[in-house]
Amino acid sequence: MTEPILSRNFNVPNAWKLSVAGPRGAYETARKVLLAMKPEEIVQTVTASNLRGLGGAGFPTGKKWQFLPKDNPKPVYLVVNADEGEPGTFKDRYILERDPHQLIEGIVLSAFAIRSHKAYIYIRGEYVEPYQNLKAALDEAYAENFLGKNIFGSGWDLDLVVHRGAGAYICGEETALLNSLEGGKGFPRLKPPFPAIVGLFGCPTIINNVETLACVPHILKNGAEWFANLGSPGNGGTHLFSVSGHVKKPGVYELPMGTPLRQMIYTHAGGIRNDRALKAVIPGGISAKILTAGEIDVKMDYDGLKAAGTMLGSAGVMVMDETTCMVKMLLVAAKFFAHESCGQCSPCREGTGWAYKVVQRIYSGEGDLRDLDTLLKVARNMEGRTICVFADAAAWPIQSYITKFRKEFENYILNHKKAGAVHG
Amino acid sequence: MANITIDGKPYAVKDGITIIEAIDEAKIELPRYCYHPALSIAGNCRICQVEVEKMPRTVIACNTRVAEGMVIHTQSQKAKESQAVVLEFLLANHPLDCPVCDQSGECKLQDYYMQVGLYDPKFDDVKVKKTKKAFAIGPTIMLDQERCILCTRCVRFADEVTKTHDFGVFNRGDHSELDIYPGKTLDNKYSGNVADICPVGALTDRDFRFKMRVWYLGSQASVCPGCSRGCNISIEYEKSRPYHLKEERIMRLKPRENPEVNKWWICDEGRYGYKPVDFGRLKTLKTNLNGNTAPFDWKAALEEIAVILKSAHPHRWALAASPEYTNEELYLQKKIFLDELKWNHVGFKAPGQEGYEDSFLMKADKNPNSAGAAQILGLEAGREVLTPIVEKAKRGELEGLFIFAHDLAKIYGAETLALVRKNVKTIIFEGPNQNATSDAADIVLPSASYAEKDGTFTNFEGRVQRIRKAVEPLGGSRPAWEILLELAGVLGMDLSYARPEFIFSDLAKENEAFGGLTFKQIGPAGRVWNKK
Repeated sequence: MTEPILSRNFNVPNAWKLSVAGPRGAYETARKVLLAMKPEEIVQTVTASNLRGLGGAGFPTGKKWQFLPKDNPKPVYLVVNADEGEPGTFKDRYILERDPHQLIEGIVLSAFAIRSHKAYIYIRGEYVEPYQNLKAALDEAYAENFLGKNIFGSGWDLDLVVHRGAGAYICGEETALLNSLEGGKGFPRLKPPFPAIVGLFGCPTIINNVETLACVPHILKNGAEWFANLGSPGNGGTHLFSVSGHVKKPGVYELPMGTPLRQMIYTHAGGIRNDRALKAVIPGGISAKILTAGEIDVKMDYDGLKAAGTMLGSAGVMVMDETTCMVKMLLVAAKFFAHESCGQCSPCREGTGWAYKVVQRIYSGEGDLRDLDTLLKVARNMEGRTICVFADAAAWPIQSYITKFRKEFENYILNHKKAGAVHG
Repeated sequence: MANITIDGKPYAVKDGITIIEAIDEAKIELPRYCYHPALSIAGNCRICQVEVEKMPRTVIACNTRVAEGMVIHTQSQKAKESQAVVLEFLLANHPLDCPVCDQSGECKLQDYYMQVGLYDPKFDDVKVKKTKKAFAIGPTIMLDQERCILCTRCVRFADEVTKTHDFGVFNRGDHSELDIYPGKTLDNKYSGNVADICPVGALTDRDFRFKMRVWYLGSQASVCPGCSRGCNISIEYEKSRPYHLKEERIMRLKPRENPEVNKWWICDEGRYGYKPVDFGRLKTLKTNLNGNTAPFDWKAALEEIAVILKSAHPHRWALAASPEYTNEELYLQKKIFLDELKWNHVGFKAPGQEGYEDSFLMKADKNPNSAGAAQILGLEAGREVLTPIVEKAKRGELEGLFIFAHDLAKIYGAETLALVRKNVKTIIFEGPNQNATSDAADIVLPSASYAEKDGTFTNFEGRVQRIRKAVEPLGGSRPAWEILLELAGVLGMDLSYARPEFIFSDLAKENEAFGGLTFKQIGPAGRVWNKK
């Protein structure tokens, strides 16, 4: 393992304060870059670094920035997606709470790169301590003129506003986030147009994840090549992995892109608790398809997990040992998606609720073997037929749990069947 | 132009339009709920799925733009399967209470189920219960939240068309509910339209609700007589169950699409203004002349009138024509009273009757044919008003009045009518509805309402539009054009037309404004006249 980059201040007490973060190098890169580099050069560097969006979709960041219209008369907005709500994911929280200056520096640099004078951080409402530290850091940055007018005497102005969400998971979807930020209901928008063309308040907007932007100062400090070489081909840098579940040492691990999952679980996270056998791993937050114990020899990056039929997603690694009940796991996932579906598109609105009811019925001993095919059908039918990918995310746990653990589901249904159950 | 293929046929369509617009132009049927050409694209119902070659998945036609060479399938297995599964989701929590739902028969859930239904229900669980069933959200509309498929057409209508922002979707997931905002009632001047655009039985019209199953309705294309806009409407009437509601024939009015006049909408004033067709009607001839109150027939009545009119001094009688009458009828009035009898005192405009006007559809002038009346009767500005005639009548300077439809009591007050009655020897009234003036008249000729005759109205901008007979003239009433033709006959005039169409063609020959127009040319959308 190389030196920690994003997490280098995580265990330094009070690193969210400028008095601690400053002497450790905060804003040094921004000061240099704003006075020496042109916006296009930053965009080129970030593009060359192979930085990919670390919120879950993994879209190349530099390429996204280049979607902004040229000769655009409207203001450009930078929106920071800090609505970290994917179950099993808690990496952005660490940056926001423990090293917010790292993020603010990244925002200053990125806003300069895309010629934006106004940036918004949309932070998950439940993140109270992260918000408090972030807000304190923001005030300090303003006081030191790292934000505001004529930053570092460069002539560049940037206003940064923190907006707290109100608890809806869907507001982490970037266009729902924009609607929410505008004061509307958190409904994802139809695309096209994409936010880079028509975004916040109808203006060109770039939306980036917290961790993505936190990488930018390091890329500009050490160079694109350095960053690209940290990771695997096409997947630049390191990544913060949130490891949770039945491991001995759950927590946030900064590891190079492409670290083998087996190594992550057994070396970094200390193996399975009580040395039990591993049963399954969800590699990228609740939405990602599950991997069985036999499928963990995969590289943890966008391309590696895609090849394994799942996704890196938010890099929320949830580890389950042999005592885990997959029916109960699916119940938890189905309940979550039924509760969080925004209700806009009919397949998702009705499909997530339908699936939850069926799983609930199975769990309570009123299931029937036919229900498994109904669940797979509901999942298949809502997948790919909606405005945003929420329905897909809701479908994948259903499909992967039932397909990979079908025998367990069947046994559960047969063994738990209540006498006189209405169904079955 | 973009060259595209839909269901195997080539089409050249305008660049940048959506697939659903291209499909509509090609007159191909494709299910849709949230899409409405007048409203912004919501893309939420997801049923307008089509297969586009070289695209990995089916796409929604309402939010996908055509591109050169695009090959679109609306009926392929892939497209139909996509449409079918979306419909299955929409029906999962739908109460399926069609037997007690007023939308039955014109419900898009029913219609599309016939087209793409799976006929193999898999939903086996308890449906979501929602609170508001048969809940009046305002004077005109009833809400049923469980039937709602959350297409948000009504939300967008209130946001984008009336800008009254009445509706919202509350809560989340399958507990989402359509409702009006707390503390509000749906009470705007165009509220009835939300029942029209609601594709299911969630918003129903309180006026029409449970009056009649829609498959018993007949429909006739006409024009709203409620103001000078001339919104295009369908008159929907009972056609096969006369025993059902004995006195009422017109069941409802619906807007008829006309992009030049009213788009897809009508106002509530017009929509609910149909009652006078069936109620308060004059159904029999009446005379009080010379103390003779015995019933008499049309021939006798018109002959008696002819005798009176022939001996009348043209300066001692006055005509109160009406802008509620058709161009054809006003033309016959002009022929008889101005050209033949050479009357001097003519007016048609009642003062003080302007109503609500807005910048959308509603016009202050609540008459459907003021423009036509002015053009045909050819009165100079200021001379069209009834007031000088009424003043003369009050002063006893007139021997007789021939009044079409107007109620002097309503316009000028009961005292004026009483004074007129006292000082004018003979009052002849012709009109469809009873009023204080018809009560006071010596002879009353009952005539057909606008829903009982053919003809044309000219709207405020000179658009000549067709009205059509939906139901037979009530009781003993007859269309005014027929009455006037018969009167002309007994007056010895050479006027004879089999249908209003032929009256119109003579009007078009004689009056430059209507020059060159025919019923055929007017067509379903109307035609603006030639007047500069």
